[in-house]
Amino acid sequence: MTLTQTLLRSPLAAALTTPHGVDRYIELVAPMGVVDEVRAKIVSIHRETSAGAPVATLTLEPNRRWRGHQAGQYVQVGVEIDGRRRTRCFSVSSAESKPGDLITLTMRANPDGLVSRHLVEDARVGDVLFLSQAQGEFTIPNPLPASVLLISGGSGITPVMSILRTLLRRGYGGTIHFVHYAQSPDHQIYEAELRDLPPNVKVRLLYPECGDPAYTTEELRGLVPDHAELDTWACGPAGLIELVQETYADSDRLKVEYFKTSTKPASDVVAEGATSFAVSGKESANEGVPLLEQAEALGLSPEYGCRMGICMSCTSRKTEGTVRNVMTGAVSDEPDEDIQICVSAAVGDCTVQL
Amino acid sequence: MTIKLSPEQLEAFGQELDELRNRTMADLGQADADYLRSVIKAQRAFEGAGRALFYLPPAWPLAVAALSVSKILDNMEIGHNVMHGQYDWMGDPQLNSRMYEWDTVCPSEQWKYSHNYIHHTYTNILGKDRDIGYGILRMDKDQQWRPNHLLNPVNAFLLMVFFQWGVLLHDLEVEEIAAGRRTWGDTKHLHRGMIRKVRRQVLKDYVLFPLLTGPFAPLTLAGNVGANLMRNLWTFSIIFCGHFPAGVESFSIEETEGESRGGWYYRQMLGSANITGSPLFHIMSGNLSHQIEHHLFPDMPAARYPTIAPEVKAIADKYGLEYNSKSLSKQLGSVYVKIAKLALPDSMEDLRRGLRLPFLGRRKATPATPPTPTSDAAEVAATFPRVDVESAVQDADPGLVGAGV
Ligand code: FES
Repeated sequence: MTLTQTLLRSPLAAALTTPHGVDRYIELVAPMGVVDEVRAKIVSIHRETSAGAPVATLTLEPNRRWRGHQAGQYVQVGVEIDGRRRTRCFSVSSAESKPGDLITLTMRANPDGLVSRHLVEDARVGDVLFLSQAQGEFTIPNPLPASVLLISGGSGITPVMSILRTLLRRGYGGTIHFVHYAQSPDHQIYEAELRDLPPNVKVRLLYPECGDPAYTTEELRGLVPDHAELDTWACGPAGLIELVQETYADSDRLKVEYFKTSTKPASDVVAEGATSFAVSGKESANEGVPLLEQAEALGLSPEYGCRMGICMSCTSRKTEGTVRNVMTGAVSDEPDEDIQICVSAAVGDCTVQL
Repeated sequence: MTIKLSPEQLEAFGQELDELRNRTMADLGQADADYLRSVIKAQRAFEGAGRALFYLPPAWPLAVAALSVSKILDNMEIGHNVMHGQYDWMGDPQLNSRMYEWDTVCPSEQWKYSHNYIHHTYTNILGKDRDIGYGILRMDKDQQWRPNHLLNPVNAFLLMVFFQWGVLLHDLEVEEIAAGRRTWGDTKHLHRGMIRKVRRQVLKDYVLFPLLTGPFAPLTLAGNVGANLMRNLWTFSIIFCGHFPAGVESFSIEETEGESRGGWYYRQMLGSANITGSPLFHIMSGNLSHQIEHHLFPDMPAARYPTIAPEVKAIADKYGLEYNSKSLSKQLGSVYVKIAKLALPDSMEDLRRGLRLPFLGRRKATPATPPTPTSDAAEVAATFPRVDVESAVQDADPGLVGAGV
């Protein structure tokens, strides 16, 4: 750490900048210079494919707070769109990193994904993104097994690519079976890199929509006969992952990662589904009443004040699902969002931290 | 006061305001975020300039002025408004009502309870809204006169000079302790937060920054005291103009029981007063010069108040309601007159009744045993002002929430 860094992180600096803290001053002149938060600057943008929704790989230069990542982990990326900070999780696609390394994220501009569309279509070199430290358990062990099997579908290739790249960079000599499902050859990302791998990597690229067989246990057995004995990493859409989990039953050889899929209910007005109160472990069916009342009916006692949406005493975190503001009718399905439970009613399956 | 609108009129009145609110909230976006950030930038620049100019003794008055502006912006247009949740929609953890801490001795957590919840929910309800006279002043005719109110002007002056400390102590309800209705032990949960915040603020303004200027330390110290004082005078003046000028109505617990959403809006509108002025004046007052708009829509970004004010006034006119808006000097003058007038009893009867009461406190002292829950919120409220809030909320909520749903 440089002298400036040490000074900026000192108790004296904290005492002089109370109550706001050093970063609230630094960021006004140098957004990347903050000393307590992770940020990353976009240093290059590479278009991967343009078939269907475009895919781009962003190369990021994290600031000094970045602690590095293990192959297979993800980060939360925050961007401001129309005045609102939106945060989503993306797997790091580059090989494991140390502080000071560049990292890459690859994302498809999901037509109803605000953040991925922003990053692929609107982001510019030089933009600064909010970043979390790397998270997730979808990682490789030490020591490495003699051979591995990687299975991915669609954009689920990103953490798997990080694992593959890490293994190759470490000079891994075992066999790497890599089975990947994509929509079509035109949709294939990392195409050139996948064609040019050393002989110990056995790649099978499959395009079920173009006539290749879809995933089944039998198909996998055909491709990798000893799959059940191999340490396996699988990442992709929930449907694919469920099938892979069936193949492996409860075997602890399998590690999986899948995308949170949107649980948008069919209607905004009629209450459907159930809300689970994650902290207390309770759950009840939605009836269109504010979540505060729903929680109280279960015997919970969340904090509240005005009960009319003005004081913010009842603000709680909704991690998943859709809610409607009963005062304004506004509907929101943002993940990990703070809501006022006294005026928010669940309109589909919801999870709140209560 | 008696409510002048019929329930049907109140309902329609509420709907018009709801419509205005929803329309404005749906329109929030980049421009609002940019505005707030530009104010923050200005505030930090004034702060930096102020702190730096103390190294240049001839610029001392400028330093104090810059630091005063910084503190006023921090407390009003930024702090007060962010802590109301006006910018929670931005999803920026640093500008979130739960996270933000302001440059004054009162911890944000405690202020949000007494302000956002108690004051904004029970605005101008005598016996519930502790901001009426802050527990020490007689600011409404319907507050029973008692001998300590003779000190009204003196107390008001002290509150103005030490306003940040008054705000800090607000939650302790010292007057309730003095009156024997609350014990020191009841306030224990507040002490730690208060001490921590006070320590940090005092260390920064009265120790570290003066010491850092070396030989100029005494001047810097005086300058920092001066900046805090300027901020106190200014915020006190703006805030007292919001609810206490002539013409602002107060309400009783009974008449607001089971209040509808329209009724709540009605009380907010008649219980607040605006101050006219230039755009710069509105920014420096945190847009609390639009107290009426703020009380109708406390969680709407305050910078929107000037834009919606004409529509709010038009709605007030349509329903024949007073929209109290005057210049700073007029509103302040009328506040001072009220402070002086209400120091004295209104009648011989008032005087006699007041003399029979204990020196401090607002109501007859009662033994400090916890009340048993009762459905009669008013009665509980009359004896236990602190506890009444909880039980009154439960009683009032079908009215408040039911009307909103
Ligand atoms: S309880 Fe006041 S906003 Fe929900």
